[in-house]
Amino acid sequence: MPRTVAYKTQIQHLSVLDENGKLDSKLGKDLLSDEQVQQSYEHMTVCRQYDEVAFKLQRSGRMGTFPQNKGQEAAAIGSALAARKGQDWLVPAYRENAALFMHGLPMHSVLTYWMGDERGSQIPEGVKITPLSVPIGTHMLHATGIAWAAKMRKEDSVTLTYFGDGATSEGDFHEAANFAGVLQVPCIFICQNNSWAISVPREKQTASETFAQKALAYGIPTIQVDGNDLFAMYLATKEAHDRARKGEGPTFIEAVTYRLADHTTADDASRYRDTSELDAWKAKDPLIRLRKYLENKGLWDDEKQEALEAKAKAIVQEVVKTAEEMPKPDVTDIFDYTFAEIPESLRVQRDTMRTTSLGQNPDQAGLGARAAR
Amino acid sequence: MAELNLVQSINLALAQEMERDDRVMVLGEDVGLNGGVFRVTDGLQKRFGEDRVVDTPLAESGILGTSIGLAINGMLPVPEIQFEGFLGPAYDQIVHHAGRMRNRTRGAVTVPLTVRVPVGGGIHAPELHSDSPEAIYSHHVGIKVVMPSTPYDAKGLLLAAIRDPDPVIFFEPKRVYRSYKEHVPEDDYTVEIGEAKVLSEGEDVTVITWGATVFQALAALDELPEDVSVELIDMRTIYPMDEDTIVESVQKTGRCVIVHEAARTAGMGAEIATILQEKCFLHLEAPVQRVTGFDTVMPYYKLENHYLPEAPRIKEAIEQVLAY
Ligand SMILES: Cc1ncc(C[n+]2csc(CCOP(=O)(O)OP(=O)(O)O)c2C)c(N)n1
Ligand SMILES: [Mg+2]
Repeated sequence: MPRTVAYKTQIQHLSVLDENGKLDSKLGKDLLSDEQVQQSYEHMTVCRQYDEVAFKLQRSGRMGTFPQNKGQEAAAIGSALAARKGQDWLVPAYRENAALFMHGLPMHSVLTYWMGDERGSQIPEGVKITPLSVPIGTHMLHATGIAWAAKMRKEDSVTLTYFGDGATSEGDFHEAANFAGVLQVPCIFICQNNSWAISVPREKQTASETFAQKALAYGIPTIQVDGNDLFAMYLATKEAHDRARKGEGPTFIEAVTYRLADHTTADDASRYRDTSELDAWKAKDPLIRLRKYLENKGLWDDEKQEALEAKAKAIVQEVVKTAEEMPKPDVTDIFDYTFAEIPESLRVQRDTMRTTSLGQNPDQAGLGARAAR
Repeated sequence: MAELNLVQSINLALAQEMERDDRVMVLGEDVGLNGGVFRVTDGLQKRFGEDRVVDTPLAESGILGTSIGLAINGMLPVPEIQFEGFLGPAYDQIVHHAGRMRNRTRGAVTVPLTVRVPVGGGIHAPELHSDSPEAIYSHHVGIKVVMPSTPYDAKGLLLAAIRDPDPVIFFEPKRVYRSYKEHVPEDDYTVEIGEAKVLSEGEDVTVITWGATVFQALAALDELPEDVSVELIDMRTIYPMDEDTIVESVQKTGRCVIVHEAARTAGMGAEIATILQEKCFLHLEAPVQRVTGFDTVMPYYKLENHYLPEAPRIKEAIEQVLAY
């Protein structure tokens, strides 16, 4: 037999709650309690409101560039729900705010951050989240390392890392996955495939049929999930989480979702994206299907919806207030956090706010010697 | 002759060179249909097709590494890196391959590519979108580093860069992408790489800078008393440096202030100051001064203007060297 099959596999696609809010009776059975679903829907609604308000803040000049999360809330929340707050780590990019808030990042922090202030990345004690990451595709290596440390220290902790479809093109992604596979660390790679990397469509990003299959090359169990389906995201992450805790290593989850907004407030997607595609995905909005599900179960009605929307507005208003009322950052912060102990030359720059020798200390620039000459 | 800003003049240069020489290719993230995040490549894909204006996967090492291959095999790639902060993943390719290829093959293999990179702060951008890494790439060997500040120079330098037989990093100061317009000829012309420009002639003090801080220096000059005579030099090319122009100027004025956005330590100011003390030693009337960014992270935008060498800090330094 000169030609045999050396390797063969399939990629599963998982979906539990369909677009019409209908739950798969087998897969969905006892998966999430009514209370969990309702809380998730409420959190999603608050995050959607947050997103809309952030957009307006940018447009009215009260905030800089902001990447809207709109449409990707189920992928964030469904996965984060399977992780333990304060015990498992989240290593995010920037399009999973809802997961971060669930795991204890104060909601105003993300606004503070996009308002151009590093204090937005000052993660509170006990919150196991790394700061938002700007260089695309580079932070997943940190997730592998954090999970590796958990393994070394025999901690019961799993690391979840989020990144986009575009991020899988960076070399660092492949290194992160390869290390995780080789070292069998408790890490879950969550690829939010929202179809676009700014203006570059998924077909131009990769010739692979799925993003999930990329993990196969690294020997990592992998699955494609309906990312707008809270239940499926929860189920896939829960299974990955269980495996990780049992010492069975990493998992890759491709969450198929869609960016309902522009890439960021600095972008104009109408330049490169058909509105027909956008409209089709609007119908698959994770909020719509979850509401339908709750309504079908008799757990939701217009009155509750109205009350929730009012509550979401109030919560977000308060968050914006907190962010905007923060006192100005100290200029000395630029210097003070560079090292644990400030080097002398930097201390002089800090104290004088000058880089010139004459500005820092005229006496030391030889003036005295010159006078004596 | 049209009045163009920096973005438009670079776009014009790219279009004209693609028209003139079909080996020229543009590649990078979002450079096609979207025309680049700053619209510098706007309309080029429509005009020259998807084969010559290519939206690549999101991978800077990939963009630079394949550009090296394209260049080795007869194309003239003009890759774009979206922001200077994302040169990181491409560093190995630029420094360890592009810059060394000619020397390590003793001239057998060469890499004529021009990588365009928006650079610098002052536009309230997100984190890691405002750095000034020109010294890093000047320190490394085999790479030419240019940074025009005006539309006229940008077109001429870009054409020179694309036609140059060696790798060139073409930094575009994004703060002045749209803030200044001037006449840019339709004609084919080049500005020689390695030639500084004296923007204003003067007798009392030389101010040396490049990129967006040229405009901060001009603003500082406006604030000085009428009788102070400043020679302002826009380096335009960071490496190879036009030593003749700066040395001649400082031999005349005896005083010098160097201004750049990058951090002070091991910045280009250090190199220039050393050249001046070597070649103008007996002419110097005052210590050469460096007005630069601090030796810190380029702060996120709430504090960025405290970091940047803005006009008041430049003016103060000029006054201090004059008073010395
Ligand atoms: C290393 C690097 N290169 C380029 C960029 C510019 N950039 C910011 S977001 C983005 C697209 C990211 O796409 P994807 O990974 O799919 O995430 P999404 O924004 O769709 O959530 C690009 C090219 C960057 N931030 N970092
Ligand atoms: Mg994407």
